Amino acid sequence: MNKKTSVAMFGLLCLLGLWLLVGCGKKEETNEAPASTPATTGAPAAAATPIDPSTVASVSGTVKLDGAAPKPAKIDMSQDAACKGTNTAETFVVDGGDLANVFVYVKDGLGDRTFAVPTAAVAIDQKGCQYHPHVLGAMAGQNIEIKNDDQTTHNIHPTPQANREWNESQPPAAAPLEKSFAREEIMLPVKCNQHPWMRMYINVVKSPFYAVTGPDGKYEIKGLPPGDYTIAFVQEKLGEQTQKVTLAAKDSKTVDQTFKAQ
Amino acid sequence: MKSLATRYNRAHHGFAVFVACATFVLIIAGALVTSNDAGLSIPDWPTSFGSFSVPPLHGGIKFEWSHRAIAGSIVLLTISIAAWTWFADRRRWMKWLGVAALGTVITQAILGGLTVRLFQPPWVSSAHAAVAQTFFCIAVVIAMFTGRRWVEEVPAIEFDSRRPRLITLALLSIFVVYVQLILGAMFRHHGMSWWPHVANAVIVAFVLTWTAIRALSQFSQIEAVRRPAILLVSLLIAQLCLGFVAFLTRVAWGRDAVQPELPMVVSTVAHVAVGALLLATAVILAIQVWRQVPVSFEERAPSRTRKPVAA
Repeated sequence: MNKKTSVAMFGLLCLLGLWLLVGCGKKEETNEAPASTPATTGAPAAAATPIDPSTVASVSGTVKLDGAAPKPAKIDMSQDAACKGTNTAETFVVDGGDLANVFVYVKDGLGDRTFAVPTAAVAIDQKGCQYHPHVLGAMAGQNIEIKNDDQTTHNIHPTPQANREWNESQPPAAAPLEKSFAREEIMLPVKCNQHPWMRMYINVVKSPFYAVTGPDGKYEIKGLPPGDYTIAFVQEKLGEQTQKVTLAAKDSKTVDQTFKAQ
Repeated sequence: MKSLATRYNRAHHGFAVFVACATFVLIIAGALVTSNDAGLSIPDWPTSFGSFSVPPLHGGIKFEWSHRAIAGSIVLLTISIAAWTWFADRRRWMKWLGVAALGTVITQAILGGLTVRLFQPPWVSSAHAAVAQTFFCIAVVIAMFTGRRWVEEVPAIEFDSRRPRLITLALLSIFVVYVQLILGAMFRHHGMSWWPHVANAVIVAFVLTWTAIRALSQFSQIEAVRRPAILLVSLLIAQLCLGFVAFLTRVAWGRDAVQPELPMVVSTVAHVAVGALLLATAVILAIQVWRQVPVSFEERAPSRTRKPVAA
């Protein structure tokens, strides 16, 4: 191989690398179509299974933390002067043993039922360089509206296992982003790489039967058809715990749950 | 290597040293990006937020954008040193070493782009880290090969008769340090647990100590071998201490940290930087051993394969 051929080969390899790079970086649509929707036929999604409103039951309760709550970690927001939020981490939000930010959902018992995806979007607000809420629930395919109320640029970067990853920046006063996730995924982490303390979790489920515990540790799931269910309680650090419950028509049962402090 | 085939060019050597130093700064800038978890703070590449202008440098953006700016400068510096070497250096292999440096820095830029666009897959980010240190070694050896000592000094040739040969140990040192670099990068980029990196540290410490002891006990009279051997041991000790501190701040104490904390950032960045110096020192030692302590002709051509020369 002479010198000219070597230089030409080298140049071609560089061009190939750049072409691959551009190809990999093509902007992809991040509003995913639900996995169950047939993409080729254009057929509508399966109709929602009707539920008799006169028989629906509900389940509610309080989630508690048994033991001393870890001291909330301090956040140092000094790297961005525009960040003036509450400077404590929300990993554990506990008040008198009541545990907030626990995602509660019907994990099993709904069988093959399908449910209409709400047309209303759920919202995430970036305010004080923190995400509000810290834990969010949404149905697969439901729109998630992401706003930036801070005077600084954030990037929103979900790191899912079952859904498509994306990373977009949002400057101050920018229009809200509209996103959705196609597949069920619990405790899907979302972070901002510009402000590394910013972290939240989105829970994508197939049914509308979910809730997130408030500061008082309470939750309520309404509109369940009678049946035997497994209720799952998921906390970002303490993991998942489940309880079984049987609901008769018009039942209103209390299912409390306690996590042990580690 | 026909080291006497070219003249010492002070400006060329000075520029090569500058490129090597700038590359070291780039490695520190890259380590700061990883330690501050800022790799994806600018979501696009090669533009930054859709533009080539300077974005507001707050939060993680200041680390990522500074890294990109220094990297861009290094590409220009590498083009310059490659061109200068091509036209000013009479040694053919040096001309191609300059081209190799350019090829490596372009590969590195492509890997940097891929790591952003593919959301930091561990194997791409680790390759980016490994190629960075490979490029640093190339920059360092270009600086060494253009230096007055290399160009003008006649090597003090001493044959090595002990087994394993010092050159074997020196090459083994490069290998184990390079493996260690990949294991460390995989851990830093969440592609692997910490323990393979820690386990291999024992092997690295053993091989490097053995190499340095052999070099110093047998060839301490050769300055070109003695100096990198002493530096190798010194850097190894510093690196082991930094590794221990980095382990404490990141794995033991910082596992549940809500954000990168200063002790973790300082210790891990220093660990990466000293690791780069350690690899470059191992490469310099191997080259100097190859030059100053060649394997004797009898060793290279075993007697059973030698045929009598016809009179």
